[in-house]
Amino acid sequence: MSTLSLGGTRRRNSDRPIWEEPPTAAGQAAKGTVLTLIVLVILVPMYSVVVTSLSNQASINDAGGMVLVPHGLTLSAYRTILSGGPVARALIVSLAITLVGTVFSMVVSVLCAYGLSRSRSLGHRFVLMLLIVTMFVSAGLIPTYLVVVGLGGYDSYWALIIPSSVSVFNILVLRSFYSGTASELIDAARMDGANEWRILWSVVLPTSRAVTAVVTLFYAVGYWNSFFNVMLYMPVDSQKWPLQYVLYEYVNLGMNMPGQTNSGFGSGHSQTAPLSLQMAVVVLTLIPVLIAFPFLQKHLGKGMLTGAIKG
Amino acid sequence: MAATVTTEGTQSPARVPRRLIRRGRRARPDREPKLNWRIRLRRDKSLIIMTLPAVVLLLVFSYLPILGNITAFQYYDPLVGIWNSTWIGLQNFQQLFNDPLFWEAMNNTLAISAIQLVLFFPIPIMLALLLNSVLSQRLRSVIQSVALLPHFFSWVLVITLFQQMIGGAGLLNQFLRNHDIGVWNIMTDPTTFKLLVTSQVIWKDAGWGIIVFLAALSAIDQNLYEAAAVDGAGRWRRMWHITLPGIKGTIVLMLVLRLGNILNVGFEQLLIQRQAVGHDAADVLDTFSYYYGIATNNYGYGAAAGIFKSVISLVLVYGANKLAHLFGEDGLYRS
Repeated sequence: MSTLSLGGTRRRNSDRPIWEEPPTAAGQAAKGTVLTLIVLVILVPMYSVVVTSLSNQASINDAGGMVLVPHGLTLSAYRTILSGGPVARALIVSLAITLVGTVFSMVVSVLCAYGLSRSRSLGHRFVLMLLIVTMFVSAGLIPTYLVVVGLGGYDSYWALIIPSSVSVFNILVLRSFYSGTASELIDAARMDGANEWRILWSVVLPTSRAVTAVVTLFYAVGYWNSFFNVMLYMPVDSQKWPLQYVLYEYVNLGMNMPGQTNSGFGSGHSQTAPLSLQMAVVVLTLIPVLIAFPFLQKHLGKGMLTGAIKG
Repeated sequence: MAATVTTEGTQSPARVPRRLIRRGRRARPDREPKLNWRIRLRRDKSLIIMTLPAVVLLLVFSYLPILGNITAFQYYDPLVGIWNSTWIGLQNFQQLFNDPLFWEAMNNTLAISAIQLVLFFPIPIMLALLLNSVLSQRLRSVIQSVALLPHFFSWVLVITLFQQMIGGAGLLNQFLRNHDIGVWNIMTDPTTFKLLVTSQVIWKDAGWGIIVFLAALSAIDQNLYEAAAVDGAGRWRRMWHITLPGIKGTIVLMLVLRLGNILNVGFEQLLIQRQAVGHDAADVLDTFSYYYGIATNNYGYGAAAGIFKSVISLVLVYGANKLAHLFGEDGLYRS
């Protein structure tokens, strides 16, 4: 996030419809205040967390906790965390789950969406019903838990991926796009001897890059953020926790951070403040979303709205 | 492959051999003649194979659990499994309806839903109107991006951020302490917990909610505004007589869908904060079946609570959808 210059923005008069009155000074000020407040309320917490994660013990002591005015910035919290231990492992686990899960989800969803998008195919109506029903009827937490555990999912990574791997909503979004692919294109490809797999790969996928990108990012963000499944299926073995669960345990429940316990709490071994360690974990969970967000945002308008409304 | 090509509809259906055309009631003249299912199976083989993985996943992880709900009528014992557990009929439900903790969870669910309906629901609409009135395209998209961002944060992250801002050791209390005003730990205060939950939802999802309203706003015919302005309607009159009627349909639709979901209040959000404020303030129906089902191994009991919620939710969503159709909207699906 770059810095924003809200105060100095001047309206361009060319944007203004000729019939609209010029804004009153009071109205302008009120609007500016509200919008600035909204932006600040969202950005200040993130800013403060980042700055605190980069601060040394002295400036945290000066501020009495979270730091707003940075001085004495240091990367030592990140160095401590990433040099090994539970947080570094959790980061790798999270990245792996996100990568594997997203690929799996996308393969299954794209195939299903394409299979259902060619109308008049045998049974597509029935399968569609099968999908839509699950949007209305949810089995509930406990039977799902029992099924996953019954299949051996307890304390294993696949329980974090497979049971929640496909979202019917995403499949429907993809499908409505694939149905919209020009049938002339598809017929032409078929005339050239392409089978369905080939058509999907060389015709339909390239023409629907935007929606594919959005759905991919949705799945990726979902896996990255997954928390409850960890709590359900692997709460015991802290070696296997992904980052979100580590964040929960170390920051929300106030368990001792790695680096605090190792080096003796507050001893002279390292300059790294416990609070900045915690905030560094927060930043690590934040960064991938911040990286994915611009791409999401770029495609969101055309990708989601039409798809969601078409259903 | 040749068969696939000829039957795919690139040719006129009249050239399909007569014996393959299904006769009888289904063969209406206005429809294309139906092919024999065996031919269609061969033609659509690859399409069917493509849908299979998703169908299998749904059958195992969505439909099988629906059947698994029979544990609600059992004294389910994980050691002997679903087939050998003792049947106890409706005893779980009886116990459930006599359980004050369950009704507490029900009350909390409805109360949080009601508060969110009043305090959260109008905010995306107001924000969309406000943002729509910002003329500078660049400024508008910057603000919209910033507002949208928190939607993609996990609940753990959002609650951590809240904790660091307004929690006992957070920024707000740092300030209060430095100025000797005292300390107020909002994050652990059960009396204001429902408002806290709502403000978290607003922080996280208000920006997400404005998308649909902005789309509705951009669909309004600009000529209407011009005509109204020529007729002497000021800024507020135009908003009242053109903008609001223009997005009324969307507002009604979102309201109806929200009503269908009144039993779904943030699950993870409440689960994470339950410990800080206590179960009497934080238990909702979902957390109830987690804590009194899974965490205590009383699976049948938790499943009964789950069924209760699912059935009422189904009725609500179905009714909400019907209501949306009555208003001429698409709703969740279009029949």
